[in-house]
Amino acid sequence: MFLQQLVNALWLGSVYALFALGYTLVFGVLDILNLAHGAVFMWGAFFGLMAVTRLDMPIWAALLVAMLGSGVLGIVLDRVAFRPLRKRNAPQLAAIISSIGASTILVSLAQGAFGAQVSRFPLDALPSQVFITGPVRVTLIQIIVFVASVVLMIALLLFMRRSRSGKAMRAVAYSGRISALLGINVDRIIVTTFFVSSALAGASGVFLGLAFSAISPFMGAPIELKGLAVIILGGLGNVPGAILAGFLLAATEVFGVAYVSSDFRDAIAFTVLILVLLFRPSGILGTAVERRA
Amino acid sequence: MPPFLNDLWLVYRSVFEFALIGSALGLSMYVVLRTGLLSLASAGFMAIGAYVGALLTIHLHVPLLVSVLAGALAAGGIGLLLGLPVLRLSGVYLAIATIGFGEVVRVFMLNIDSVAGRTITGGALGLNNIPRKTETWHLVLFVAVLIYLFIRIDRSRTGRAFDAIRQDHHVAASMGIDVVRYRNLAFLLSALIAGAAGVFSAHLTYFVSPNEYGFNGAVRILTFAILGGYLTWLGPIVGAFLLTFLPELLRFLGPYRPIVNGVVLILAIIYLPRGLVDPRFWRKTLRRRSPPPPAAPLETSG
Repeated sequence: MFLQQLVNALWLGSVYALFALGYTLVFGVLDILNLAHGAVFMWGAFFGLMAVTRLDMPIWAALLVAMLGSGVLGIVLDRVAFRPLRKRNAPQLAAIISSIGASTILVSLAQGAFGAQVSRFPLDALPSQVFITGPVRVTLIQIIVFVASVVLMIALLLFMRRSRSGKAMRAVAYSGRISALLGINVDRIIVTTFFVSSALAGASGVFLGLAFSAISPFMGAPIELKGLAVIILGGLGNVPGAILAGFLLAATEVFGVAYVSSDFRDAIAFTVLILVLLFRPSGILGTAVERRA
Repeated sequence: MPPFLNDLWLVYRSVFEFALIGSALGLSMYVVLRTGLLSLASAGFMAIGAYVGALLTIHLHVPLLVSVLAGALAAGGIGLLLGLPVLRLSGVYLAIATIGFGEVVRVFMLNIDSVAGRTITGGALGLNNIPRKTETWHLVLFVAVLIYLFIRIDRSRTGRAFDAIRQDHHVAASMGIDVVRYRNLAFLLSALIAGAAGVFSAHLTYFVSPNEYGFNGAVRILTFAILGGYLTWLGPIVGAFLLTFLPELLRFLGPYRPIVNGVVLILAIIYLPRGLVDPRFWRKTLRRRSPPPPAAPLETSG
């Protein structure tokens, strides 16, 4: 029982972490709370689904298509919803509102295009092996999702630490103005940030669509809200914090459902969210930041 | 009344009533926005008011006024509990906390029955056959009282404090304005108004269910305040009326209809940041000579 829950927590946590990573990255670099991240996640799942059903692609190629598609969608999102506000130097609040509008548009577009019903990946497109060792049951899908998510996370961390773009991204996160003075092309870094963040959202959309075998225009909303709990728990803008918090939240949910009650499964994330806001608003790995006028 | 007006009234009466409830909800969003904060809790407060009011009516048969007061107070009390800790943090945290709050309310209403082991909120089905007690004049009076309240606030110390905090809360604090206290006051007002609106709405539509009040409900209310503008109390009311009557005209969009809310939100926040009801904009457009504008646009620093 315990081991089985641990396995469930690990793969679910890897998806939460992957989703929250892009969420927190945009906040870290741009100070924007992008509430359309869940909608991009949902479109990623549909891009993957289209690639498999319409173009007969294997699942790994569909994943690449989904990441590319949602990455580009992220850039469009920035152009339409955020860039005009940035140019005007509008308050943070305006960007949140704009992202809510973008999210509504993306969800209703998907609803119009794919209908409100739940779609799923065709069964023959997926490996269906199940491994049973002792009391623990793991599907190959869960293993693939976990490994692929972890690989993507490590790739992002390396990208942030080692590559020139990644370093520039961290510089822009520290101060856009100073980075511009140092000759960093801030516009390009912002585009990169949105691409990377949205591509990760798209990948997690495909993963969750695979693991739960359910894709619908409304699949973004629940994870959007759980992602909020994750990024608050990890500390807003904190990338390693989001990874840790993703696994923590998944573990809390999985063990909470197993040992306490399943009725309040969806409330667990928000209870965590509100408790963190009450007692440690800077998150588990965060440090308090003093803001100046 | 001439017959054609009578017909028109029969057709549009319910839309008019929804627009009035929308106006109240828009005002509940406006009062927080006015202090430079974004709260998405109005839908959750509305739900609390609706359930408390409906349960009182169904089980204790109290008069509507008692339900309204009880619903407003219940929402207000919970609003205080939520606002007190969170309003010390920057604005993003309030936005996030209120989104989380809305979900907690929804999940609570959905599951409390199975936890308590008996029917209280009716779970996903909600509460049905609530007697229709809300009359049109109740709503007109309710919105009129709110308008009076906001006119009084505009002319008071409180109104000026709200505006100062929105423009720059650091400067406001250094001028001796208790930023946290005023933001809590605005948040409390917002909860009270939304709670009362919830009770009226429950006694207008005969039923309440948890999913009416989710995140989408909050976005709808936000759109009222953003399109109409949140620099004056008139803004959210204009926004609510436009956006309640507009979907009737946009039926041809079919499944794409919710897209209107999104498009309106983005266009308004980018091109019309002060909303439709912006005295300065209209004065400039109408080219009338006038004294300098009273309020600066919203430039919050968090």
